[in-house]
Amino acid sequence: MSIEAAATTLAPAKATAPERLVHPLWVRVTHWINALAVLMMIGSGWQIYDASPLFDFTFPRQIALGNWLAGALLWHFAAMWLLVVNGVVYFTFGILTGRFRARFFPIRPRDLARDFLAALRGKLSHEDLTVYNAIQKLLYLGVLLAGIVIVLSGLSIWKPVQFWWLTAFFGGYNTARYVHFAAMSSIVAFLAVHVVLAFIVPKSLRAMILGR
Amino acid sequence: MRRRRKHPSGVDPDLLIRDAAKLLRPPSRRLFLRGIASVGALATLTGCDIIDGDTSENALRVISRFNDWVQARLFNPHTLAPTYSESDVTRPFPFNGFYDEDEAPVIDGDKYRFEVGGLVDNKKPWTVADLYKLPEVSQITRMVCVEGWSVIGSWQGVRLSDFLKIVGADTTAKYVWFQCAEGYSNTIDMPTALHPQTQMALKFDHKVLPTIYGYPLRIRIPTKLGFKNPKYVTAMWVQNNDAGGYWENQGYNWFSGL
Repeated sequence: MSIEAAATTLAPAKATAPERLVHPLWVRVTHWINALAVLMMIGSGWQIYDASPLFDFTFPRQIALGNWLAGALLWHFAAMWLLVVNGVVYFTFGILTGRFRARFFPIRPRDLARDFLAALRGKLSHEDLTVYNAIQKLLYLGVLLAGIVIVLSGLSIWKPVQFWWLTAFFGGYNTARYVHFAAMSSIVAFLAVHVVLAFIVPKSLRAMILGR
Repeated sequence: MRRRRKHPSGVDPDLLIRDAAKLLRPPSRRLFLRGIASVGALATLTGCDIIDGDTSENALRVISRFNDWVQARLFNPHTLAPTYSESDVTRPFPFNGFYDEDEAPVIDGDKYRFEVGGLVDNKKPWTVADLYKLPEVSQITRMVCVEGWSVIGSWQGVRLSDFLKIVGADTTAKYVWFQCAEGYSNTIDMPTALHPQTQMALKFDHKVLPTIYGYPLRIRIPTKLGFKNPKYVTAMWVQNNDAGGYWENQGYNWFSGL
C-alpha cells in the first residue's frame, strides 16, 4: 500500500491528499522563468567560450546561441537580468515563506547514505512529491549554490576593475573564468539528471506546471 | 597568444555576409522590425534565423544600451585597475586587430600629425616630437579582450586627463572620439577619459611603441575592454554626440567597462 493510499484510509478528511498543492504559484513561475534564463545563459555562454576556449574543445555552433560573439554577448548580458531578478525573487520567497527550511533541511548523513544506496539500486522513492529525499535535498541545494557561484564569478569577470576584490576572491581574472566554467558544468550535469527524472516521474513535471 | 583569431581579427566571413545582408534589406523591413522589436515579441516568433539573426540582435541592443547606463553608474572614477609587476608582463605581448599583423598600418613618424578638434581651445596638430615632450606616466595593467583572454602589458605615456587640460578641452562634454589611421574608431565617455589611468600610450615596455602595438599613439584604458583601446590614433574630438565605433556599431556593447 502506498503512503498516499494509507493516508487516505487513515484520514478521510484528507481524501484529496494527492491533490495537495505541491508547488505554490511563485515556485512554478520562478522555476520556468529560471529555466528559460538558464538556457539562454548557457547557450550564449558556450558561444562566448568558443571565442577563447579554456580547454581543447569548442561547443558546436548549432547548439550555441547568438550566431557570433557580439550576438552571444548581447544575449548573455540581457538574459543575466532575467536570471538575477528572478533568482532574487525566488530566494526571497524561499527564505521568507520557510519553504527552503521545510523542504531542503535537515540533510542527515544517515539519510544520505540510505538514499544514495537506494538510488544506486534504482529504488529511490519519488512517491510523495512534497517530501524530498536526501539526495534531492543535496542536489537542489548544490545547484542553488552553483547558481550563486556562477552569478558572482560572472560578475567578477564582467567587472574585474570595479569589483576587483570579488575577482581577487575567485583567484584573479583568469581563475575566475575557470570557476565560471566549472559552475556552468555542474549546472549542466544537474540539468541532465533533473530533466531525465522529470520524464521518468511525469507527475513531478505535472506538479511543476499545475501545482499538484 | 594563440587564441586571437576568431574575433575581432582577420576578415570574418560571417561579418561579410552580415554586411552584405544589411545592404540588401529594404529599409521598410528594417523599420518594421525595429518597431516590433522587443523580447516579448520575440517569444511569439520561431525559427533559428530569428533567434540568431538581426531581428533579435536589434531587440537585444535596446538592453545593451540599458547596460551602458548601468555600467556608467557602476564606474567609479576613483577605483583603479589592479596593477602588476614587471615580471607579470606577458611576453611576447600579442598583436590583435581586425586584420592580420602584416596588414597593420605603418605610420611615418615625420609626417604624422595628431589632430585635436571639437570642444577644445587649442586645435594645433601635434607632432610625434611634441607628444614625447609631455609628462610621462607608466602603468602595468591587464588588458582584457572581449573574447575572454587577457594579457598584462607595460605602457608609458601622458595621462589623457592631463592632455585634455593642456589643449583646453571642455571636460563637461559627454564624449571623446578617437579616429585611427586604418579606419578604426572609438567613442568613450568623458568620466573614463578623465580616469587617472586612462593614458595616451607612446611607449610599450619603456620602448617607443612598435608598429604592431599602435605606433605612434594608442589610447590605453585599463577600465575598458581591449577593443576600446584604439591604436594608430590620428585624431581626437571632444564632443557631445556619440560617434560610435568600429565594433560598437556592429553590436558589441558600447560602454564595455571593466
